[in-house]
Amino acid sequence: MSCFQTIQDYGLRSLGIGERLLPRSDFTLCEHFVLIGSGMIWNIYFGIVALLLGFFLATALAVAKASPRRILRKPAEWFIFLFRGSPLFIQFFFAYFLFLNLKSQYPVFSPFTAAWLGALIVLFLNTAAYSGEIFYGALRSIPKGDVEAADAYGMTGWPRFRRIVWPTMLRLAWPAYTNEAIFLFHATTLVFFSGFPAWQQRGDALYYASYFADKTFNPFVPYPILAGYFILFTLVVVTVFGLINRRLNRHLPQERRTKMRFRPNLIR
Amino acid sequence: MSFYLAFLKVIGLLAVTAPVALGFGFLGAMAARSHIAPLRWFGKTYIAIVRGVPDIAFFLFFVIALDQGFEYIRHKVKCPDWDAPIRQGSDFIVCQAAKLPLGTSPEWVHETYGFALAVLTFAIVFGAFAANVLFGGMRAVPRAQLETAEAYGMSRRQTLWRILVPQMWVYALPGLSNLWMVLIKATPLLFLLGIEDIVYWARELGGTKTARFTDYPHGDWRMWYFLFLLVFYLAFTRVSEIVLSRIMIRLAHGQATTAGEAQRKAAA
Repeated sequence: MSCFQTIQDYGLRSLGIGERLLPRSDFTLCEHFVLIGSGMIWNIYFGIVALLLGFFLATALAVAKASPRRILRKPAEWFIFLFRGSPLFIQFFFAYFLFLNLKSQYPVFSPFTAAWLGALIVLFLNTAAYSGEIFYGALRSIPKGDVEAADAYGMTGWPRFRRIVWPTMLRLAWPAYTNEAIFLFHATTLVFFSGFPAWQQRGDALYYASYFADKTFNPFVPYPILAGYFILFTLVVVTVFGLINRRLNRHLPQERRTKMRFRPNLIR
Repeated sequence: MSFYLAFLKVIGLLAVTAPVALGFGFLGAMAARSHIAPLRWFGKTYIAIVRGVPDIAFFLFFVIALDQGFEYIRHKVKCPDWDAPIRQGSDFIVCQAAKLPLGTSPEWVHETYGFALAVLTFAIVFGAFAANVLFGGMRAVPRAQLETAEAYGMSRRQTLWRILVPQMWVYALPGLSNLWMVLIKATPLLFLLGIEDIVYWARELGGTKTARFTDYPHGDWRMWYFLFLLVFYLAFTRVSEIVLSRIMIRLAHGQATTAGEAQRKAAA
């Protein structure tokens, strides 16, 4: 079987398109690459959607946490502590069984027990909490002069936030936020190892890598391939975020721009 | 009973892994700043590789890889006249005497061996993180301190042990305490390494058994078990936060940093 044939059969296997049965024996290197790459679709989906949605909640959380009003500040503080203080792994498990319980009472919840929605919600809340903390830190280190200048121009409320506070917050938080994005992207591998079942063996990259490792008892081929894919996509993330960082800092003189520091990956 | 033992296992793992990982980290950091080029390359690669790849992939990889590595070495030493290849297709075959642990050894040896492998895996992964933090800490010690030591005629070794190592902890502690939090949150991954830890038991005890095995005459309790675990981890992180901030205050005492200076001023 040629490699092209393999790509046709397994290229979209993780979405349920193509050959139904996974290869069982005589694994070729091509099959490793194609199937693990096909699983990466899920990792990218979880990463991008959770990050995009999480961005908005994170901004709201940061503003709420910096608010002088107790009624806004306390819930935001608790939310951030809850998601940053407990392992993501346990959060996945808890959410899965919570949705399972809800499903048995209200059938509305049945899509929530599938990974594409249930795990996405957990990742979304989790990344919102982590980036909320990052944005909160940036919010507190906005130069006093900037805000005073805005006041002097008579800006208040929403225009001041939209034009002065928010762009500066993003600019200051961006290097840390890049790390958070990489970190979230790596965390997506946990999804199918927690409660969420890989229905009809449609899993993510790590799911297929461990499938190969289980079948061949040889960890030295699938995991390095997985690592290669992840390093590749980490580089893509770094490039894209670097471009955004350039744009955020475009008004500053060269030497005052915040440098991107590549400092990713601790477990959450 | 085993359920309660699982909590001890988690705490035991933390207690053993933390110093071992710190040791690995120290060696890694020393290697990374060594004057001997191969040693330096080794140190830097160790730090770079482990940090660039999702750690869960490492946990899955190292357990098999270490196990096979040990068996391979024992096989070479104990059965030199064995001529069949070790990797036969997808099988990994070593002679009986080289099996680790021996097929004849009692149950607890198997469990201890699994636990030791888990500790080693954790130590390798977190050692790299710790190495990075310590490496940064060593570089953060003010140059003037080292120059003063040299001016007093201390040798390189004396400078290292008497000046650099005692001072680097202040700079490394924020990173290390962060790492400790991360380590706490990584413990549920033990479950992936095949240790019967708290996650395993929460799934096991909470689930309803099928009609043939009606051991647990209750409904699906897994959700509550995971909620309990969530609270357990939250409490654990909170306590650690408080303890670590105490240690930070102690360490900052008398140091040439802002925190140390603030303490001096407060006392005076």
